[in-house]
Amino acid sequence: MQVRITVNGAETGAEVEPRLLLVHYLRNVVGLTGTHWGCDTSNCGACTVWLDGVPVKSCTTLAAQADGHAVRTVEDLDAGGELDPLQRGFMEEHGLQCGFCTPGMLMTLRALLDSDPDPDETTIREAISGNLCRCTGYENIVRAARWAAAHAAAGGAEQPTPPTGGAEQEVTA
Amino acid sequence: MTTTEVPTAGGSPEPVPTSAAGNPIGFGRMLRKEDARFLRGQGHYVDDVNLPGMLHGAVLRSSYAHARINAIDTSAAEAHPRVKAVITGKTLESLNLAWMPTLSGDVQSVLATDKVRFQGQEVAFVVADDEYAARDALELIEVDYEPLPAVVDARRALDPDAALVRDEVEGRTDNKIYDWEAGDAAACDEVFAKADVVVTEDMLYPRVHPAPMETCGAVAHMDKVTGKLTIWTTTQAPHAHRTLYAIVAGLPEHKIQVISPDIGGGFGNKVGIYPGYVCAIVGSIVTGAPVKWVEDRSENLMSTSFARDYHMKGSIAATRDGRILGLQVDVLADHGAFNGVAQPTKFPAGFFHIFTGSYDYPAAHCKVTAVYTNKAPGGVAYACSFRITEAVYLVERMVDCLAFELKMDPAELRMKNLLRPEQFPYTTPTGWEYDSGNYPRALEESMRIAGYEELRAEQAARRADPAGKPLMGIGISFFTEGVGAGPRKHMDILGLGMADGCELRLHPTGKAQLRLSVQTQGQGHETTFAQIVSHVLGIPPEDIEVLHGDTDNTPFGLGTYGSRSTPVSGAAAAVAAQRVRDKARVIAATALECSPDDLEWEHGRWRVKGDPEQGKTIQEIAFAAHGSLELPEGVEGHLDASVVYDPPNLTYPFGAYICVVDVDPDTGEVKVRRFVAVDDCGPRINPMVVEGQVHGGLADGLGMALMEVIAFDEDGNNLGGSFMDYLLPTSMECPSWELGQTVTPSPHHPIGTKGVGESATVGSPAAVVNAVLDALQIRAADMPFTPAAVWRALQGRPLRTDLAIE
Ligand code: FES
Ligand code: FES
Repeated sequence: MQVRITVNGAETGAEVEPRLLLVHYLRNVVGLTGTHWGCDTSNCGACTVWLDGVPVKSCTTLAAQADGHAVRTVEDLDAGGELDPLQRGFMEEHGLQCGFCTPGMLMTLRALLDSDPDPDETTIREAISGNLCRCTGYENIVRAARWAAAHAAAGGAEQPTPPTGGAEQEVTA
Repeated sequence: MTTTEVPTAGGSPEPVPTSAAGNPIGFGRMLRKEDARFLRGQGHYVDDVNLPGMLHGAVLRSSYAHARINAIDTSAAEAHPRVKAVITGKTLESLNLAWMPTLSGDVQSVLATDKVRFQGQEVAFVVADDEYAARDALELIEVDYEPLPAVVDARRALDPDAALVRDEVEGRTDNKIYDWEAGDAAACDEVFAKADVVVTEDMLYPRVHPAPMETCGAVAHMDKVTGKLTIWTTTQAPHAHRTLYAIVAGLPEHKIQVISPDIGGGFGNKVGIYPGYVCAIVGSIVTGAPVKWVEDRSENLMSTSFARDYHMKGSIAATRDGRILGLQVDVLADHGAFNGVAQPTKFPAGFFHIFTGSYDYPAAHCKVTAVYTNKAPGGVAYACSFRITEAVYLVERMVDCLAFELKMDPAELRMKNLLRPEQFPYTTPTGWEYDSGNYPRALEESMRIAGYEELRAEQAARRADPAGKPLMGIGISFFTEGVGAGPRKHMDILGLGMADGCELRLHPTGKAQLRLSVQTQGQGHETTFAQIVSHVLGIPPEDIEVLHGDTDNTPFGLGTYGSRSTPVSGAAAAVAAQRVRDKARVIAATALECSPDDLEWEHGRWRVKGDPEQGKTIQEIAFAAHGSLELPEGVEGHLDASVVYDPPNLTYPFGAYICVVDVDPDTGEVKVRRFVAVDDCGPRINPMVVEGQVHGGLADGLGMALMEVIAFDEDGNNLGGSFMDYLLPTSMECPSWELGQTVTPSPHHPIGTKGVGESATVGSPAAVVNAVLDALQIRAADMPFTPAAVWRALQGRPLRTDLAIE
């Protein structure tokens, strides 16, 4: 079947099998490999993209379901050439290690921040509870979202703040 | 120039200059270089590799745990219009590839020929135009299986009537792989006979899985014209893989290029060679096209290297007042259908015999019996530091069992028995030489951060109230890690010594490239290794490019696992930088027309003693080294160094962890309220990265203690084959981790650093389990403490967590 999907503002289209998953459409047809997949059961959230502004798991969405709709992926977050404050927050707070879960985390949290610009820790944790990360133990992802909230309020991505020490305490010899 | 305060090897903060880009020129918090691509979705993982004309492979897997294969009919699959090749064990037999060596002296099946030995085992490989067609074709393959009784319970594997897993091995009559022991049994008998108290306990470290977010995969391309095989693959050890492909497939090693691009987490899951990789190579040879194979999550969980599956019986002996006298342990190790553990050859049970832990007592002995079962192979993975996870779990549980019997506070009991700082270097009863440590200080620090006394008071108050809910538990774990495998004279894998190569090249303008044999899977090597060189040479870290993960462009070494990158490869990088600095001194002296002895080093510059205005920066020296300056006899031009670092010993990071849980006795739900982790890994190259490593490991420990398990039913069906069944901790279960640190440098590492990647995974499970059992006020029950397991433990009928719930 023929699908037409707006991806990151650009028109895309292809003749695809009706069973083609959106994640495969994005990765293999459009060639945007920033969206990852990590499971077969909609548990991990590595594949999270926006469908008409709402985060969805593209591994459980058919390309056909996105026909005529708009999809936004991680590649669009720094569209203006500037990193999104959330991306800056991930960097500042070390919210990523291997980077595999990161695109999904970013898309989930960007949607949260758009609807709730100043979420507290619990709200952030609830928002990403469908996104698994094997590397970070989530702590710094939460801090990254808080960083983004703080810096968006102060007028977007400007200068990085000095390092936050987190809960680190130190004893030396 | 601004400065940043960081702890140095001695522990006292020393100012580190900051570069123009705002980075520390040396150690200190620095944002990661690799983030720039990952944040933009521009990471380049194996599944992102797409080559012209590339075909796609898929593996047909066994639905049985144990069955004879009578016939395989591939004709319908071959007739599929989009299928290019179907490969079975028969095809591989003709190439002498049906079996391949494992990393521990056994062989394993690539594609099954005679029978299948675990559910999920590889039976056939289809190559097709696309992934969907390849998977469609799997459905068309008919396998005639004759089911056999499966060996599921390791404790029954040596029964006389147990089915034989490895009947293809001539003369084999049982499922035993080996018996191995360490320590002094007679010394143990002696102290146990005299001890006031002996506590014996059975415990299971269940089968768990590293489950990195990226599954395993490969893109293989055999170029028929040049005869060169290029394989992009998820490997933590690209050089070891290259050598193994040469051995397995008989390919000339100089014609094999292994590229390990960005890796989406490894945790030991990406050390070995899996049948899928070999099939992708064969698929490319057969079709003449590049072949991509990427497993799905179920394949990852069911067939690739699991971890643990250690059934342990420990006995601890002590005096009435709580002085530990000895520890003895019998282990039954379930290795699955093939002995495929990845570890130094000399040590069949890995480093398990470090189980004496962090305490001072004279007698210890362990006996390990390993068996085959009808389960996936593996055992050494999931950040276990070659089974130190199991060892730490054992000793930390036994100490708590002893505290339970003595009715003594577990912190007090530990403090009483911890090794004291003046005992280092300390040789353990089983022969390990701990390099350095100040254990009481770390435990005190963790108790201070946790507010241990107040927590105990709160718990006492809660317990005094008969309606007090939830139940509160406090658990402690103290661990000693042993990382940086390892000294060549003791440690090899398949005959390959565990030294690491490293090459440092300074360009004429003073920018540098560092080539490493190890491979990051998220640890941030591109940043931290640049900081190591920066620390020694004073070159800004942004001017140092770290190259790794491509065997054609990096020196040989055994890769990243067992927390070995910083202790081995990090030492190699430091020594390479030191050699460059030494050579730079000679060149600077020539340029300044003085003797090298007249020069002294200031960060980034050799200057004349007594006349500090006179000097040459490392950048000036690099240019001179490539220029026309006449160099002294015997000094070559250019400024580079190459090193093979053979570590003299392991390094021994350590730490003290305290976990606080609340358990709902009505539902069995466990909530981790707090987790305090004090780690000592020596000086921290980049404290931010170290903290991140610890956070990840703590989540692992919480996951293993509370939810992660691969159990089996009596037919050998894998009950943890998806993320619906194999539960990983989410943001909701993880608390906000509270970290602390002490700094005890390693005396033998060139920059004192010890490695930290696996510390928290090794140390944390026992803290969570001890906390849960403290809440329940029972001595023992096995993890994972799912609500069902907690409930059953409360009823006095603890579950056997590795089997299906009856
Ligand atoms: S790949 Fe979509 S949820 Fe895991
Ligand atoms: S950063 Fe590796 S899975 Fe999240």
